[in-house]
Amino acid sequence: MKTYLFPAFRLSLALLVLCCGVYPALVWGAARLAPGHGEGVQVSYKGRVVGFAQVGQKFDRPEYFNTRPSAVGYNAAGSAGSNKGPSNPEYLQEVQTRVGAFLQQNPAVAAGQVPAELVTASGSGLDPHLSPEGAYAQVERVARRRGLAPARVRALVAAHVKEPLVWFFGPATVNVLELNLALDKLSGL
Amino acid sequence: MNTELIGIAVIFLSTVLLALPLGRYLAVVYSGDRSWSDFLGPLERGLYRLGGIDARQEMTWQQHLRALLTINLLWFFWAMLVLCTQGSLPLNPDGNPSMTPDLAFNTAISFLVNCNLQHYSGETGMSYLSQTVVVMFLQFVTAATGMAACVVVFNALRERSAERLGNFYVYFVHSLTRVLLPLSLAVALVLAFQGTPMTYAGKAAVVTVQGDSVQVSRGPAAAMVAIKELGTNGGGFFGANSAHPLENPTYLTNAVENVALVLIPLAMVFALGYYLKRPKLSYMVLGVMTAGFLLLLAPTVYYEMHGNPALAHLGTNQTLGALEGKEMRFGAAASAYWGITNTVISCGSVNSMHDSHMPVSGMCELLGMMTNAFYGGVGVGFLNFFVFVVIAVFISGLMVGRTPELLGKKIEAREMKIALIVALLHPLLILAGTAMSAHLYAGHPTEYAGWLANPGFHGFSEMLYEFTSSAANNGSGFEGLGDNTPWWNLSTGVVMLLARFLPIIGPVAIAGLLARKKYIPESAGTLRLDTATFGVMVFFVIWIIAALAFFPALALGPLAEHFTLY
Repeated sequence: MKTYLFPAFRLSLALLVLCCGVYPALVWGAARLAPGHGEGVQVSYKGRVVGFAQVGQKFDRPEYFNTRPSAVGYNAAGSAGSNKGPSNPEYLQEVQTRVGAFLQQNPAVAAGQVPAELVTASGSGLDPHLSPEGAYAQVERVARRRGLAPARVRALVAAHVKEPLVWFFGPATVNVLELNLALDKLSGL
Repeated sequence: MNTELIGIAVIFLSTVLLALPLGRYLAVVYSGDRSWSDFLGPLERGLYRLGGIDARQEMTWQQHLRALLTINLLWFFWAMLVLCTQGSLPLNPDGNPSMTPDLAFNTAISFLVNCNLQHYSGETGMSYLSQTVVVMFLQFVTAATGMAACVVVFNALRERSAERLGNFYVYFVHSLTRVLLPLSLAVALVLAFQGTPMTYAGKAAVVTVQGDSVQVSRGPAAAMVAIKELGTNGGGFFGANSAHPLENPTYLTNAVENVALVLIPLAMVFALGYYLKRPKLSYMVLGVMTAGFLLLLAPTVYYEMHGNPALAHLGTNQTLGALEGKEMRFGAAASAYWGITNTVISCGSVNSMHDSHMPVSGMCELLGMMTNAFYGGVGVGFLNFFVFVVIAVFISGLMVGRTPELLGKKIEAREMKIALIVALLHPLLILAGTAMSAHLYAGHPTEYAGWLANPGFHGFSEMLYEFTSSAANNGSGFEGLGDNTPWWNLSTGVVMLLARFLPIIGPVAIAGLLARKKYIPESAGTLRLDTATFGVMVFFVIWIIAALAFFPALALGPLAEHFTLY
């Protein structure tokens, strides 16, 4: 046992310095050159920090494009999904309530066409994105509430659709924070 | 074609293309031949000197195991010490508390055994010190432990008779300095430049556009997430793991992380061929593993992309797939692909919540962990596969009436006993654990009401998943399970411990016993392992032993739920 204990102890100490000291220091140093300097990329509007570009925040007022339901209320002090199973009756009831509320707020959307992401919680509870369909489905409501022409709001969404990675890989998305800030700017707020 | 499907096809192909050269490189490194990374020699010699290790001394298989187990035992005490006192130690800007002893026990074992089951949430349960010197440290060294054990087996399979099989510390240190550290550095840089934080500052307080006051957790995440994936550890920095927008901010980081976690297990298979100079053998292994992988992947992608019929019935549009628990930047296909790669490989990180996946997808993820040999974890994946190869050789030998031989070495009773104990331990731990939990729950449904987030068949699947994940050293979860209780902390802790070390000890012992035996040169009557026929044989041995044992449990959980939905 002793033949193995001392080398194990001394080697572990040396590796602790290498893997937990030198390696993170290198990454930390390089991250200073990255966008956001390794602190997370912050977004400001009119001189005030209003959030992190990649962390979703809650938009539930009708004059904004709304974000998805969240199991943590979009407070990024934590993160979690709902962990509801696909056949859970309580969960299905909850989704039904959300579908009803969405249709009421967005009468222009046909029943059966409610974008799924707007009635389901994301994995992190901090999803910053919608699908383009999820944003377009809210255009009529947002335009009406803000007294803007729907065509202008639709064009704004179109300008904020982020195509798949190099046009071929993965889904297209819309960052809701960016879209809503552009919307505020358009309304002169 | 759908861009989501093109995305996952490209992720898989780039993994294979990168694993080929990496496999060749691994074989060179472990053989001790000259390579471009020889400039690290002085660093390694420095480590040996600091450790007081004689790198030239070769070890028997027993000495390998003693060295491996001793150093692991030490890490366990180190982890317990830090986790139980982290509240009073430095680098804790958010003021998170120390762990309770049962949670610290579970967490220390979980990271020690490369499982990374997490009964805490990173944002509130860990200090930056623990994340660095416990979690990240163990993510490096346990991955290297698995790789070193795998190389001992490679070494034993060479065409000769040998008592001594190289030096454990050399294999271990080389895995770190020449493979894990450089690759982690590369992945961490990609993550940092895509937006993953690397900071020692605490939570940021923000007032949002709508005027809500929220906090945003941060930390030294980029460095840890890289080794989390490369070492097939899977324990996330944040509670939501790689679904968290800071841990996995873009589709590109998702692709890079997903390639990283498959890379080394796949490269190990190629390394086998180069190391033994039997390339056809690694094609056989790769073929069997890939067939099993694709068989689990296809239904998962199909069901996730086709959405939840119960939600379609409520008037939602399911063309983007089943989106509960998924992130829009990845989409259904990349979430399904991630789910299967992370369960066939014992990484167990998640980029979508498995608890909310469709029942068939959940079943395929369970099967990935139940077989645990389609690619598998770094190093240990091949060790599990090796056990099935030994069994397949034995059965084939009996079928043709010859003494079973594995690469020129006779397989006898002793090796078979070890192989079978290792192979049967896995279903025993999973099924006994699940049965005990189900029994407890059924006896006291009100007392244990906090356990299950979902009723009925799905609730049973949650318990089955937890034990499967522990026994496979996977670490993902059906996270609806309220698992931070003494029962779950202790029972899964014990399961993880047994399921890590016996499947390392077993194959190393078999390999050590075989290495000593007389080498019988190949002849016309030799059972050849590097053929498609033998590949089919291994494939069915895996399915019969590892999958059929679980069929009744799967029928009670995911299958029953599937038929209530469709």
